[in-house]
Amino acid sequence: MSTKKDGSAAMLEEPEVTPEMAEAHGLNEEEYERLRGILGRDPTYTELGVTAALWSEHCSYKSSKVYLAELPTDGTYVVEGPGENAGIVDLGFGWVAAFKMESHNHPSFIEPYQGAATGVGGILRDVFTMGARPVACLDTLHFGELDAPRMRHLVDGVVRGIGDYGNCVGVPTVGGQTGFHKSFNGNILVNAFALGLAREDRIFRAAATGAGNPILYVGSRTGRDGIHGATMASESFDEESEAKRPTVQVGDPFTEKILLEACLQAMRTGAIVAIQDMGAAGLTSSAFEMADRGKTGLRLALDTVPLRETGLGPYEIMLSESQERMLLVARRGREEEVAKIYRRWGLEVSRIGEVTSGDRALLTWHGETVGDLPVSALTDKAPKYRRPVEEPADLAARQADPEVPEPSDPLGDLARLLATPQLASKEWVWRQYDHTVRTNTVRGPGGDAAVLLLKGTPAGMALSTDVNPVYTSLDPRTGGAQAVAEAVRNLACVGAEPLGLTDCLNFGNPERPEIMWQFREAVRGMSAACRALDVPVVSGNVSFYNETGDRSVHPTPTVAVVGVVPDLDGLPASGFARAGDRVILLGEDRREMGGSAYLRLLHDIEQGKPPAVDLEAEARLAELLRTLVFKGVISTAHDLSEGGFLVALAEACFDHGLGVRVDVPLEGAALFSETQARAFVACDPEHVDGVLASAERRKVPAREIGEVGGEELVLTSAGETATARVEELHRIWSTALPLALEGALEG
Amino acid sequence: MRCGVVMFPGSNCDHDVYHVLKHVLGQETRFLWHQDRSLKGTELVVLPGGFSYGDYLRGGAMAALSPLMAKVREHAEDGGLVLGICNGFQILLEMGLLPGAMRRNRNLRFVCKDVHVRVERDDLPFTHAYRKGQVLRMPVAHAEGNYEDSGEHLDALEAAGQVVFRYVSPDGEPVAEGDGWNPNGSARGIAGITNEEGNVLGMMPHPERVSETILGGTDGLALFASAVGAAGELLEAAR
Repeated sequence: MSTKKDGSAAMLEEPEVTPEMAEAHGLNEEEYERLRGILGRDPTYTELGVTAALWSEHCSYKSSKVYLAELPTDGTYVVEGPGENAGIVDLGFGWVAAFKMESHNHPSFIEPYQGAATGVGGILRDVFTMGARPVACLDTLHFGELDAPRMRHLVDGVVRGIGDYGNCVGVPTVGGQTGFHKSFNGNILVNAFALGLAREDRIFRAAATGAGNPILYVGSRTGRDGIHGATMASESFDEESEAKRPTVQVGDPFTEKILLEACLQAMRTGAIVAIQDMGAAGLTSSAFEMADRGKTGLRLALDTVPLRETGLGPYEIMLSESQERMLLVARRGREEEVAKIYRRWGLEVSRIGEVTSGDRALLTWHGETVGDLPVSALTDKAPKYRRPVEEPADLAARQADPEVPEPSDPLGDLARLLATPQLASKEWVWRQYDHTVRTNTVRGPGGDAAVLLLKGTPAGMALSTDVNPVYTSLDPRTGGAQAVAEAVRNLACVGAEPLGLTDCLNFGNPERPEIMWQFREAVRGMSAACRALDVPVVSGNVSFYNETGDRSVHPTPTVAVVGVVPDLDGLPASGFARAGDRVILLGEDRREMGGSAYLRLLHDIEQGKPPAVDLEAEARLAELLRTLVFKGVISTAHDLSEGGFLVALAEACFDHGLGVRVDVPLEGAALFSETQARAFVACDPEHVDGVLASAERRKVPAREIGEVGGEELVLTSAGETATARVEELHRIWSTALPLALEGALEG
Repeated sequence: MRCGVVMFPGSNCDHDVYHVLKHVLGQETRFLWHQDRSLKGTELVVLPGGFSYGDYLRGGAMAALSPLMAKVREHAEDGGLVLGICNGFQILLEMGLLPGAMRRNRNLRFVCKDVHVRVERDDLPFTHAYRKGQVLRMPVAHAEGNYEDSGEHLDALEAAGQVVFRYVSPDGEPVAEGDGWNPNGSARGIAGITNEEGNVLGMMPHPERVSETILGGTDGLALFASAVGAAGELLEAAR
């Protein structure tokens, strides 16, 4: 055990706290008075910094709490709901999955490589602190238009950052979403998801208990990076944001990897009581959250925290967001056992304090008290707002039915859609991510849902992350419900039953009533869908203040749903797999063009009501798909989403370069309608009747529309037949993104 | 056969290789810690993929100096089997157990995708379950797999028959260094090489990731089955 005794910095002069200083820390007048009320005196400089971080929007959820409480969090398979570092669901076979998603939007816009990399690092730590070994990552990325300032640089940096971090730690990135929309020109979204596996009896929680138990610090030393990161994430961007580059953390995936191995090993000894990542607001949030959960107090000797550089005082140490650091509580007397494991992995362990009975967080600096705060009061009495909400004034105009130009050449329009970055192949992105390491990847990126092997069982795990910011912008409630419904549908396409959901809610400034209205509506839409489709929310994250100047991003409630595939035998592909298979379309079109890719990408119209979400129809379709997969009678299942029927059909052809001949009851623009609760399946001709009968029993409209085979996509619609070569469409679709990003193709 | 999978700090394909040897092929398999000073009777040593020591200096450069690697060198010099995959291949190059060097991928990006490699030697302990000329489909996942050496050395390597795997098109035809089927720009499409004696093999593709049907292929399983000397029946049983 190393304890640093360095008297050189013993002399400490902290600035005197004033109301102006509190305001500069993001505490408003009322909040500052509340703090003074709790303390019965003026706070010290360190106390002000600590409280401002704890009460920041990012850490306290003060604007979102009242609505988040509406989300359903209970379910048959929920082992751990919101409140811990990650949510946990029961997968069966003695395994549980811990997962969570988090945003790293602000840092990624300022410094894309490090911002995105540390986003991955943080979410991985949230998962392995639960005792779970991370086995999968997903990433949802929303960029602006490629020609917007810095945008190519941002795309390149974010993708490299995610890749370099996840690849080095050895966690496969098995799926995600990448979109492009002008609303993200000044504020991109980087949402990182991680999932870990643990045996059900080896779950770890982060409650500091047992007065006298030592508090240990492991991992990287503390530096100046990231000081005020949480506060930065709680403000909008302005011209000075560039000057905030020093508040972006720097990642070291190698240290993360050894920290991961050492922590998992140390947790197996039974000598660890609690463990938590020093994430947003660093030592402050990890220490206070652990104490709060354990209903204990703690004493931290801040002068014993290992430092990377000289000159850091208690204030900086409490607020640094240096990466790859863990705070843990060990059982008294067993510290050496723990330390030995970390040292074997080449990591430093320092004792920096202890758990105390009572409720005070006592912070000292060379024996002098620099902070003495009541833990529960600071967390229980944290501000909580029911902020004003107001429907945006232009909503009715934006929801007005758009004029829909009819396509003169549907397959020509299809080719034009496939050439847009939004609908083109994202392989350029995911090829830079290791998606097969750990040898569990049964279905990787590019399909509807990723599927992972659960080794030693016949089952698999399925994951999907979804959201359509255009829908949510036109009608947040429908958009919120749609995100959940689409994720469940994607899971159903691989036969998976949903077990739980995590979310990452990206919105603008909550102090603006129309933003708060968007938030409330989106959460209510999600909530309704989660209840109807039986998907509890087990963890989540809110990211507000995603705006530059007064321009907010489209509201983007990203969801990720995790499910179980009972038997991987007979798993269908998302594309056509076999010539001669018959194609069956499930669901009914209602010609819903509002917010469609067709209108937006080909006609620059972003208007109308987004497609309605019929939750009962979604539930019936999902159940039908799961049954068909389980029976092993279909070789292809693919849902209809952005771009509608034709885009989905083309995607299905690309998997194996197989053509298809279909005759559909869809006409003109309806070929691109985005009506929900639809999918198509393909099966051997002998199973067609069975599939149709299954659909009828579940009241899912179904119709045989054609046959797989050949090298062309042959479309008959309204009595007219058109043809496109699959190879040509594939070339357009697969080269669009590399061409748009690099202007040239490479291997 | 007694198999040992070396764990360096930063190895991340160690569990994957262990799984194939132990659970798919049923071999006696153990992890070896990089700071150990004994191979503990291991007959087949595998250096797995990953980012040993973060690869912050150069891929494999630090790992090559680990205490255990002195024992691995002795083992190789005694004719023992050593297989280096991905980062393991880089380590073998850094140790000088195999000739040549690795540069960053031609497009300077990490690449993870399936490639096709042609088997150039089927008379090695690692490849006798393959046929010469057979085309295998395996994933690569690396940022530094662009094999390089002087023209003279490459000629000598070819002449000595030390090229074991070569990136080719799906139908087995040679491809240019800038072609998409050569994922990293590797000289002469080199994906894997052996030493003069044929007991040390280094390769960039990951055979452990295609050793079970459910994961999309078994083209890699024959390599491990060959190496553990049980190609015939084990391969049959595992399939």
